[in-house]
Amino acid sequence: MGQHDRYDAIIAGAGHNGLTTACYLARAGLKVLVVEKNDWIGGAAVSRSLHEGWTYSNCSYVCSLLRREIVRDLDLPKFGLQVIPYEGGATFTANGDYFAYHSDHDALRREIARHEPRDVDAYDRFSQTVIRQCRFIRPFLLRSAPDPTSFKINDLQELLYLVKRAHGLGPRELAETLRFWTMSIGDFLDEHFENDLIKAHLAGSGIIGTGLGVYSPGTAYVLLHHYMGDVDGAIGAWGFARGGMGAISKALGDCFEAAGGTIFTGSGVERFLVEGGKIIGVALDNGDEYRAPIVASNMDVKRTFLEHTDAKDLPEDFTRAVKRFKIRGSSGKLNIALDALPDFPAAPKGANFLRGDLHASESLAELERAYDDWKEGRWSANPYFDMLIPSQIDPTMAPPGKHMMTVFVQYAPYALEKDGVCSGENWTEEAKKAFAETVFDKIEQVCPDIRSKVVHAEIRTPRDIEREVGLTEGNIFQGELTFDQLLFNRPVPGYANYATPIEGMYLVGSSAHPGGGVMAAPGANAAREILKKLGKGAAVAAEAA
Amino acid sequence: MMDGRIETRDVAAVPVGLIETPVFSRLDQISTAKQWGNWAGYISPLVLDTMEFEYFAIRNQSTLLDVSPMHKYRVTGPDAETMLNRMVTRDLRKVAPGRVAYAMWCDEEGMVIDDGTLFRFAENDFRLCCQESMHGWLLDAAWGFDVEVIDESHSVAGLSLQGPTSFSVLQAAGLGAAGSLKPFDLVKLEPDLWVSRTGFTGDLGYELWVPWDRLTKLWDRLWAQRAPWGMRAIGTHALDMVRIEAGFVAAKVDFQPVLTASRLGRGRTPIELGFERLVHFDKGHFNGRRALLKQRDTGPRYNLVRLDIGGFKPAQDALIYHRKRREVGHVTSGIWSPTAKRNIALAELRAPFGGEKTDDLWAEVYVNEEGRWDKRLVPVTVQTKPFFRNDRARATPPRAF
Repeated sequence: MGQHDRYDAIIAGAGHNGLTTACYLARAGLKVLVVEKNDWIGGAAVSRSLHEGWTYSNCSYVCSLLRREIVRDLDLPKFGLQVIPYEGGATFTANGDYFAYHSDHDALRREIARHEPRDVDAYDRFSQTVIRQCRFIRPFLLRSAPDPTSFKINDLQELLYLVKRAHGLGPRELAETLRFWTMSIGDFLDEHFENDLIKAHLAGSGIIGTGLGVYSPGTAYVLLHHYMGDVDGAIGAWGFARGGMGAISKALGDCFEAAGGTIFTGSGVERFLVEGGKIIGVALDNGDEYRAPIVASNMDVKRTFLEHTDAKDLPEDFTRAVKRFKIRGSSGKLNIALDALPDFPAAPKGANFLRGDLHASESLAELERAYDDWKEGRWSANPYFDMLIPSQIDPTMAPPGKHMMTVFVQYAPYALEKDGVCSGENWTEEAKKAFAETVFDKIEQVCPDIRSKVVHAEIRTPRDIEREVGLTEGNIFQGELTFDQLLFNRPVPGYANYATPIEGMYLVGSSAHPGGGVMAAPGANAAREILKKLGKGAAVAAEAA
Repeated sequence: MMDGRIETRDVAAVPVGLIETPVFSRLDQISTAKQWGNWAGYISPLVLDTMEFEYFAIRNQSTLLDVSPMHKYRVTGPDAETMLNRMVTRDLRKVAPGRVAYAMWCDEEGMVIDDGTLFRFAENDFRLCCQESMHGWLLDAAWGFDVEVIDESHSVAGLSLQGPTSFSVLQAAGLGAAGSLKPFDLVKLEPDLWVSRTGFTGDLGYELWVPWDRLTKLWDRLWAQRAPWGMRAIGTHALDMVRIEAGFVAAKVDFQPVLTASRLGRGRTPIELGFERLVHFDKGHFNGRRALLKQRDTGPRYNLVRLDIGGFKPAQDALIYHRKRREVGHVTSGIWSPTAKRNIALAELRAPFGGEKTDDLWAEVYVNEEGRWDKRLVPVTVQTKPFFRNDRARATPPRAF
C-alpha cells in the first residue's frame, strides 16, 4: 500500500451529508477521500436524465431544510447552487372542487372561508403555533444533541442551553411543545380545524416519508420537521434547486474538489477496516483499500453496522440497538416526462397555485385508510401523493413547452404482500407497473388527461430506492423521525454525538441528529465534532440570527 | 413627434399627478399587488404580484419591465463625440458605433451630476439614458459645439427584458438576430426597433427601444411568448434587489446627484464611488478633470464599497463602526441576497476606511422583532467583486436558459 492510498479522512458515501462533512474537513486542511458506490454522486439528492431532454430529481425533489448557514459557509452559490421558492399548492377533490393553498395571505383566507368560515382565523393560530415551535427547534439543528444521562461538560452545557431555551417558552408553551413532539397530526389538526379538506391538505407534511398514519402519535413532529426549514428566511417555505436536487450535490462536490478533496465513484465500501477497536480504513467492492485514521459513514446506521462492519468489532448492546432502529420504507415515486402541461379542469387557467405542491386526498379518514393498506403489506389503493411540476419554474428540467412532473407517493411498502407472504422480492416489474397504474388513476382525479401526456415515467418503489441509493428499506429519512429516535436517542442511545463504538469512526448521515431531509445538518455537525477531536478550531456553521 | 405627457388637443393643460406610460393598461390588468410608484412622473409598478417571485424570475427565467420613464436625450451633429467626451469622464472615442457605454459626468469640482448609459447609433449620433433630468445641463454643455440636443424622454419608449431565458423569448418573438449581440452591443433589428444587450441586473438581458406609440405592440409581441420561458412582468422593487447584487449604484440612494442636493458637501466624485476606471485623464479636458486629478493624488474623502455583512438580517441604513466604537460610515443599500445567499450591502465609508483600512469593521443592524428592537453588531467584510456573477451573463451566443 503506497502513500497515495493514505488519507486523513475517508467518507463512505457521496450523499449530501457525506459531501458536507467532506467539504468542512477538506477546508480545515485534511486530505480527504470520498468513496461512492454509484457512478454518480448525490445519494438521494440527484438529478439524472433518463429520457433525452428531460432531467428528473429522481429521489428528493424539493428543498427547504438545507441550512442557510452551511450554504453560506461553503459558498455553494459560487458552485452553481440556486434555490428558487415555489408558490402555494392545492388539494383536489373527486367531485371537481379543490382547496388552494395560496401563498398570498389574503387569497388564502378567502379560500379557507370558501370552504369553512370558522377555519379562517384558526389557520392563523395554527401557523402561530407551528412557527413558535419552529423557532424553538431551529437552533438545535446545528448543534449536537445533549445527552442528559451523560455528565460530560459538553453535554451539560448543551443541556443548559436547551433548558434555557425551554424556559423562555413558558410553562404553557413547554407543555404544548411536549404535546407537539408526541401527538398525532390528525389530533392536532382536529383541535384547530373544522373542514376535512383543509385538514387533509395540511396533514400531508405529517406523514411524508414515515411509516405512520395521520393518527399515529409522533406525526405532529414530522409536520414540524417539514416546516422548520426556510427559503431565504421564510420559515416553512419550500423551493426547487435549479437543475434539480442534484444541483445541491454537484455544488457540494465542486466545493469539496476546489478544497483539494478527491472523489472516487463506481465502487462503494465493502468493509470498514478495524484494528484493536480503532478504524484504520476501508475496503471497497472492487478490492481497493484505503487507509485513514478517520472514517465517516454517510450510510444509514443499519447499513453501516449490520452490513459493512464486522459484528465482533462492535459491543453487543450497540448492535442490538442498531437492529432495533426503525427504518421502514413507506413511499414510492413516479418521475414523469410530459409532452405538455396537463389540464387541471377544476382550477382557474394558469392559477399560481398549480406551480406548487398538488394533492388529491380529501380527508384524514382517507389518509388513515391509505396507511392501513401499507400495514398489510400493500400499496395504498387510494394513495396520497405530493405532486409538482418543477419545469413550470425551472427552465432547465424539460424542453420548452414540455414538462417534468414529480409524484411522491404514499404509502408503498418495502416488503410487498403476495399470497400471504411479505417480501421485497415481490416487487416484480409487473407489480411496479400495477403500482404506477394505481397512482395514475388517482392523478386522473386532478388531471383527467394525464395518461395521454406521458412520454416517459420512472417508477420507484422503496425496494428500488434501497437498491440504488442504499437507504435501508427505502426509508427517505435514514430512520423514522419518532421521538424514541430523535435528539440524544438518534441513532441509538449513547451515540448522539456522531461517534461510534469504533474509535475514529463516525456516522454523518441522516440516521444521526437532527435527522432526514436535505438539510446537511448531520454532516456539518459531525464535521464539527471530528474537527473538535482533532483539536482544529475551524468554524463550522452555527445557527445565526 | 408624439409626446406622452401632453394632450395635443388642449396644449394649455398639462396633467396633474402621475401619468400613464403606453403599456399601463397592460400592467394594470396583470397587477394583483396594485403597488404603484412614481418614476419621473409616470405610474410605474413597484410590485405587480410578489416581489420575491418577480426577483426569482429575473434570476431564473426572464422578466419584462417598462423603462419608458427613463430620461433620454439624443445628441447628434458633427461635434457630438467631442461635446459628450468633454462632458463625461470616460473616453468616448473608444466607444464604437453600435456600442453602449456606462458613463458618469461631473461638475467642475469633480462631483457626479448623474450616471447613465450612452448609446452610440452612428459616428455622430448618440443617446444618453439617465435617471435625472439632464436637458438643461446638456444644452449648457453643448454651447459652442455643432450639435443638436433633443429631449426624447417622452417620445422614445423602452422595455427591459432580463434574465437567463431572455434571449429565448426574443428568439420566439422573431428577434433571434439579437443572438449575435455581445454585452453592450447595440443594433437596429427592424425599422424603429433598436435592441441593446444591456440592463441593470448583471445577468443576461436586453433593452428594446421603440417610438412611444409602438411600445404596446412590442409589449404584446414579447408577452405572447412568455409561457414556455416563464417570463413575468415585474416592478422596480425586484429590480432594486438584483442591481445591488450586481453592485450597481443608484442615484439618490447610493450617491446624491450634486445638482439636486441642497446641502453642501453631499456631492461625491467617481473615484469616491469606486469608478476610477471610468475616469480617463489621458483623453484631454473634460468637466471636473482638474479636481479629479487632484483627488487622484490626495486620495478620496469617501469610499463606496460592497460589503458582505454577518448574520441574516438586511442591513439597510445600518451604521458602520471601526473596532465596534468609531462610526465610519453607513449602508446605502442593503439586502439579503437570495441568489448569493449572503447578506450584502453597498456602504459609504469615510476614507481611509474601505480603502487602505478594511479590517475590524462592524455593522450595527437594527431588527424589529414583533415590537421589540434588537441591536446587533455584526462583522463586515469589504468585497471587491460583485455579489452576483454568472458566466451566462457574458456568453455569446447567449444560452437558452
